[in-house]
Amino acid sequence: MISRSVEKEYEVMVDAYEKAGGDRTSLVSKDIAKLVIHQNRVLSAQEVDGIKIETKETESGVNIDFVVEKGVKIARPVHLCFGILPQEGLQEIILKLNAQDDSEVNVIAHCIFPNAVKIIHKMDADIVIGNNARFEYRETHYHGEFGGIEVIPKAKINVGKGGVWLSTFTLSQGLVGKLDYDFEVFCQEKAVAELVVKAFGKNEDDIKILEKIHLDGEGARGLAKSRLVLSDKAKAEVRGETYGNAPHSRGHVDCIELVNGKKAHAVAIPIVSVTDDRAKVTHEAAIGSIDRRQVETLMARGLGESEAVDVIVSGILR
Amino acid sequence: MLRVENLYLSVNGRSIINDLSLHVEEAEIHGILGENGTGKTTVAYCIMGVNNYRPSKGRIIFQDEDISQLSVSERAKRGISLAWQEPARIEGLRVRDYLTLSGNHSGSQHIEDCLRMVGMEPAQYLDRDVDNTLSGGERKRIELASILAMKPKLAILDEPDSGIDIVSLPIILDGITELNRQGSSILLITHSEPMAQMAHRVSLLCAGTILRTGEPQETCQWFKENCQSCRHINEPLEESRGL
Repeated sequence: MISRSVEKEYEVMVDAYEKAGGDRTSLVSKDIAKLVIHQNRVLSAQEVDGIKIETKETESGVNIDFVVEKGVKIARPVHLCFGILPQEGLQEIILKLNAQDDSEVNVIAHCIFPNAVKIIHKMDADIVIGNNARFEYRETHYHGEFGGIEVIPKAKINVGKGGVWLSTFTLSQGLVGKLDYDFEVFCQEKAVAELVVKAFGKNEDDIKILEKIHLDGEGARGLAKSRLVLSDKAKAEVRGETYGNAPHSRGHVDCIELVNGKKAHAVAIPIVSVTDDRAKVTHEAAIGSIDRRQVETLMARGLGESEAVDVIVSGILR
Repeated sequence: MLRVENLYLSVNGRSIINDLSLHVEEAEIHGILGENGTGKTTVAYCIMGVNNYRPSKGRIIFQDEDISQLSVSERAKRGISLAWQEPARIEGLRVRDYLTLSGNHSGSQHIEDCLRMVGMEPAQYLDRDVDNTLSGGERKRIELASILAMKPKLAILDEPDSGIDIVSLPIILDGITELNRQGSSILLITHSEPMAQMAHRVSLLCAGTILRTGEPQETCQWFKENCQSCRHINEPLEESRGL
């Protein structure tokens, strides 16, 4: 029996989710796996065949055990919704995720902090992707206009033989506040990992990104990609690290930071390392103002200059 | 429709456009033919109003209005557009969105037709990005499709055949003809005589000035006989001027 207060809190959370661009029906539908957490309260946890979700509320957040069972291919995306609706609070998510061998799932996470003035949102994830399993994870943040938030997502991901890990972290709505993103992936034989981060820093936002990929198995492949736009006094430091440690492993670090403000500051630190002479790891980093040719190309179709810049910024963060 | 009067432009102290005058009629395909480095692309940039190409002297008159001081977008809103020789790649911008930017198109069917006119299957391209995943030839064809979608009064096409494979070339020529048939005047910039042959008139460019304007066949013949073997590229002989 769900208490009335939890039911009401859930409704408020679903409303916020919808306002942030989420699809309400995905949180209401009975045949979609989902997990809705407000601060340290689990408002809804729904499993489907092949997915087990266990949660434990703690003083500061929630511990989650998430298992995708062996050989199960989940047709519809799993929806996660985390957030804090009041102005202040702490949310610590401790996630243990195990996508067992040959499983396949697509997870969409929305993290909602529309009123943040003094909020800390932390996630510590320990993730195992089994042999030939495929896990796609897209996390999108919706922050308010106050910037009083610290977001600290950290994950260690082990991808088994032939497994695939694809993740995209997007923070482009509202002020970032402080972001300290740290994902590290270890790829076994023929495993694939893609880490993508997209963020739009404004005002005094402070962004730190660390994407680290270890290509430890023969034929493993990895991409560490970041796309940042910085305006006003925002600053960002992006470290993309890829280590080719096995024969025929291939890795690439790809960083673009657009600086659209005189006091914005962008730093990119790519590290590529090879310890096997049959491995190949490359990098490209571009930091600078918005390309004039791109702007004029769009202006030649009738867009004003600021509209053209908006199109370019939206594109890079899409 | 377009009158360029006594235009001068220097870049870093070097004269690029030198007393250039040009007249494009309504519904005309007007070719500008010249060797590499004669200032063809600079003429396109001056007419479009590209930022670093502001003439020091002269006027650009479009439909009886002096547009010399207008921005690129203000010129575009008046009906001028440019298909770039090397179009920019824009990450995250879908082909369908690029083709509808101007707002001049008449629905999704029209957008698909524009892609077909340049030999591209809409289902394969509409949801792709206008980025570096496209080949040079594909990007050029999308550039022409976006001009077809925009239906400008004056389209400046800068080397529309460069980077296009020989099989696709007739499709591009058909696209340009169709654009003109729909009512656009075209300033066709090229160094290729066969391309210039499709124009109604051709102006020959050397050293940032027009040496002569005339029928395509006659002008191309003159270009062949004089310019291609000329050792004075960008230093036209006095006797060549005004012919």
